Parts: sequence; structure tokens; C-alpha cells
Amino acid sequence: MDNLLLNVEDLKTHFFLDDGVVPAVDGVSFHLRKGETLAVVGESGSGKSITSLSIMRLVPAPPGRIVGGRITFAGEDLLAKSEKEMRDVRGNRISMIFQEPMTSLNPVYRVGDQIAESLVLHKRMKKKEALEQAVEMLRLTGIPSPEKRVRDFPHQMSGGMRQRVMIAMALCCQPELLIADEPTTALDVTIQAQILELMQELQRQMNTSIILITHDLAVVAEVADRAVVMYCGKVVEEAPVAELFENPLHPYTRGLLNSIPRLDENVDRLFMIDGVVPNMLRLPPGCAFAPRCPEAREHCRETAPRLTRVAPGRLVSCLLVEGGAA
Amino acid sequence: MEPLVKVRNLKKYFTVQASMFGKPRAVVKAVDGVSFDIHPGETLGLVGESGCGKSTTGRLILRLLEPTAGEVFFNGRNIFDASAAEMRNLRREMQIIFQDPYASLNPRMTVGQIVAEPLRVFNLAAGAELEKRVRELLSCVGLAGYHARRYPHEFSGGQRQRVGIARALATNPKLIICDEPVSALDVSIQSQVLNLLKDLQKEFGFTYLFIAHGLNVVKHVSDRVGVMYLGQLVELAGDDELYGAPLHPYTRALLSAVPVPDPKVKKERIILTGDVPSPVNPPDGCRFHTRCFRCMEVCRRRPPEFREARPGHWVACHAVEGD
Repeated sequence: MDNLLLNVEDLKTHFFLDDGVVPAVDGVSFHLRKGETLAVVGESGSGKSITSLSIMRLVPAPPGRIVGGRITFAGEDLLAKSEKEMRDVRGNRISMIFQEPMTSLNPVYRVGDQIAESLVLHKRMKKKEALEQAVEMLRLTGIPSPEKRVRDFPHQMSGGMRQRVMIAMALCCQPELLIADEPTTALDVTIQAQILELMQELQRQMNTSIILITHDLAVVAEVADRAVVMYCGKVVEEAPVAELFENPLHPYTRGLLNSIPRLDENVDRLFMIDGVVPNMLRLPPGCAFAPRCPEAREHCRETAPRLTRVAPGRLVSCLLVEGGAA
Repeated sequence: MEPLVKVRNLKKYFTVQASMFGKPRAVVKAVDGVSFDIHPGETLGLVGESGCGKSTTGRLILRLLEPTAGEVFFNGRNIFDASAAEMRNLRREMQIIFQDPYASLNPRMTVGQIVAEPLRVFNLAAGAELEKRVRELLSCVGLAGYHARRYPHEFSGGQRQRVGIARALATNPKLIICDEPVSALDVSIQSQVLNLLKDLQKEFGFTYLFIAHGLNVVKHVSDRVGVMYLGQLVELAGDDELYGAPLHPYTRALLSAVPVPDPKVKKERIILTGDVPSPVNPPDGCRFHTRCFRCMEVCRRRPPEFREARPGHWVACHAVEGD
């Protein structure tokens, strides 16, 4: 693959707590091409956010530590970089948008100064030039009268506008990779539609690759090219989005898809995945999903499945899928 | 059938003090003239974006807030006229389930104590009888008897929400107000709680007012749905009618903005421009006219009347044809 941008191989990020080791990310592999949108889907505790923090080398340490694997970004080994070298990457070549725009903006600085900061730092711009660029970025994200708004403090803006500021800040250095961690979860649906549209538009203009971290499968269906489904720190399925929705292979993916109430269907009862996510300190032997899996057999509880290629571009980790038993 | 709840021209204004000395004052019109009925045994859904006044409406119906104007009749009785003692008795009949299962349970009480509290307050049970009732309630919501001795922090979000539901069931109420009961939960847990609420309604005949911003969730549980915008009800209709043939431009935009979990479906999307205006200073005329794609001259001048445009289908819009 010549247009490969990011390759994550067997990534392991563990948290060393007083009562044991939490394998938050446990052998995760995926890749991302230039200009592509990859969705990382999972529920709370699946390890999707820790995966993205690992790529940024922002895992809170201690207690967290990357204990294994390789992350190759544009041919460079990110895990071998020094903290100083990483600072040149963050916000410049890889940037991130977080879920809660209020807590990720600094409340005591004007938004313009916050956008300009990374331009001054990474692009060696003069402050004045950087502020002009900040106005341009705000204009690009569709904020009305950006030359006035650039002097606003975050609290003067609405949730949707703050998320636009976050996007402007993330994209001002024209990064090759944008990691968006639940970028629209805190927003109302009409604003969510605006923000998703904006992200796709800017991606087309700048050919940025996007990793979209989300629990919302509907958002995945709307914007992603491929998806990786995570459960308990592991990838359970990977597929092009159209195929994932058409023919989900892992029982967990199927369960997730079936449990969403839909606008175009009337059902009396929703499909339920029984039980709860297991305690990460005491994961069951065998497949981690087996205790909740309606199709689990005896050997699922004993043997851990491995992520296996079952068709071009389709990987699944389930002993029940033909060819899926490694 | 006589409605269980009648809401008439309900208003709640909050005064925000702008300066320390309280001189310049602004008024947030959180709920501004809302009227609707809730029939016994039905689920009425209330949707809208943040700040539209849906939660305030729910709290007014329980009289957790005092209204600025308007009436709420519960079983024919105006609750705002009730004395404190009468109100206490009325509250047995109406309960609420909150959004945040972390903040709405006292961390220093065991789950058993939490569920027993309403029974104790209303002297509904004591001693061995109380314990038995708590076990029954926990089993109703899919928890085990031994869970009664545990504390909220030992439970997951979905389980805590079940505890909140058990507490609401304890007094055997007629009306349960569900204020975003599943928005804090994961998808797989969300469907468990939604199914539970439906099962309990079938078993005990509860009436629900279901407040949420997730349009798909509201559609799944509701018989009728009301849509709110900036403190007012803009549309109210049966579930299939509202989602199948919405009349108000805001409802249409809202529905078209909901992402569909199917990559093959390419929707015609109505993208609304701008943000919701401030409820401190709502626009004149129709409150939606600043973002409306069908805005006419009259919309800027005169607020539209909330009227029954088709049988059972209420809407407040100048652009909608009808009688």
C-alpha cells in the first residue's frame, strides 16, 4: 500500500493499578490510508479513546503505559520518538478534537489566541500573521463575522461554535491526520449535522485522513469509509462500512446494530445484548464477549479467538465465523 | 377519556441578575405558553434541542418548580392550588426518573435504603413487609435481592438507572416522568432500559411523559410526540404521523438531521443554518423564523397559533395549510 499513512500493529496499552493490570488496549492493529476516514466504534471501556491517546503518546503515565506494539506514521516510528520530537508532531501533523469543547478550550484566553498559538509554535508565524490566519480558519468553519468572533472567550460561544473553534484549531496547521474523539456527542442533532458536514468538506479540501472515535453507529454509517469495532480492548471486527452494515460478522456488531431504535421501523421490543461489559481486571478466559453472546458455545469460553482475515478487507475475531478460528 | 394530565398555557420565566446589585435584569423564557394533554396509559414523548424547555416542562408538571403562569391539572385537580400537605400526597402518584444515574442516587445509602425511602416516607410498608417490597421492586427491574445491600458505586450506569426506576415504582404511581433516562447509557444498555420501561408499562399501566433529545429513542417508546423549540410546542401528533408526515419546518429539519445507521440510505438533508437564538431575547413573530427555510413576511410579525391542522395533529406554523 503506497498511500498508507498510519499503521498500528499489535498495540498494547495497559494500566497498572493497585488491584491489578487493566489491558485497556490489548493487541490492537489497524491501518489508515491518506484521505480516508476510519471509524473506531465501541462502548465505554472498549479502549477506543486509549487507542487514540496512544497514537498521540498522551496516555496518562503512570498508571498507563504502552507495553507493546508499533505505531508507524508516514514511515516514522512514533513510539521511538522522544517527547520533544512528539511535540512537533502533535497539533502539527496529527491533531485531535475532543468530545467536550468547553473543557478542552482554555477559558481565560481568547479563541483567536488559542488557534494562533499552534501556528506560532509549529509554523513559526508572527503573532499578527497567525491571528489573521485564525480569522481565516474561523471563516472556513462557517462562524459568522469571524473577525469579531476571534476576540471572543470560549464562554461567549455556543456549544456548536466552540466545536467549530476546536476544528479550526485542529486543522490550522493542515495536519495529515485528524483524530476526532466523539466530536458530536455533546451536540444537538441539527448542530451535529452541521459539524459532520463541515468535517467532510474540510477533509475534501485538505485531503486529511480522519480517525473518528464514536459509539454512534449512525454517525459511522454517515461519514466513515471503513470501521473497526472494539470490545474490551480488542478489535473484534474490521470492515468497509457498507459491508459492516450489510453483513456484520461478529455477534457483538450484530447486537449493536440491532439494538438501535430506528426512525424507519416500528418494533415493539428492541434487540438486547444481555448482561454488562465484564470487569477489565477480571476478563473471562476465552472470548471476552462469550458471557454476553447469544451464540456462544463451550469452546468460546475456553479459547480466545484471533483477528483473522476472512475476505478482502474483512477481519473478524470469532470462533463461530467460518475461517475465523485461527 | 378524561386526560390524566392537562397542561394549559404553562409559563416559566427565570430571572437572571446581570450585575451584583441586581439592577439590569434579563428574563429567560424557558417555557412560554405550552398546552397539551397526557392520556392515561399512554407515553407522550417530548423532544427538542438543549434549552428548548422540555425538562423545565417536566419539572413544572411535578411542581418541582413554581410556574410563572398557567395551570397543570392532575386527575382534574389544579396542582398549583394544592397545599403542601396535599402536594405531598399527590407526589405519590407522580414520580420522576432522572438522566444522570450517577448524580441522582445518594452515594451514602445502600440500594435497599434508596428504594425503601419512598415507601417509608409515605408509610406504605415497614419491617419485614418493607424488606419484601424492596426485593419485589428490585426483581421488577431485573436486579437481585442481594443487590439491596450494595452501594450505588458498585453498580454500572445501566444498573443504577434500574435502581432509579425501582425507586420511582415504589409508590405505585400513575404518572412517571422520564427525563432523558437513557442518554447517559451505552447503546447495548440503552435497549435493555427501554425494553424494561415498556414491559413495566404493560404490566402496571403507567403513564409516561418521556423527555429526550434522541428522536429515534422517543419514536420507539412514544404513542404521541410533541416537539418543542425555544420554550414553545411547535408540533404535536401521533407517533407515526409526526415521523411520517411532519408539518412544521423545524420538525422536518430535525428529522432530516438524524443520522441513519445504514450507509445505503442517502438522505435529503435540511441543514439549518446558525444556532438556536437565546431564550433571553427570542425573535419576534414565529420564534423559528430566523432559521426557517419557508419563512414568509407574516412569520416575522405575528406568532403563529398552535392549532389542530388535521385531526389529532397540532402545529404552530403560518406556512402549513389547513382549516
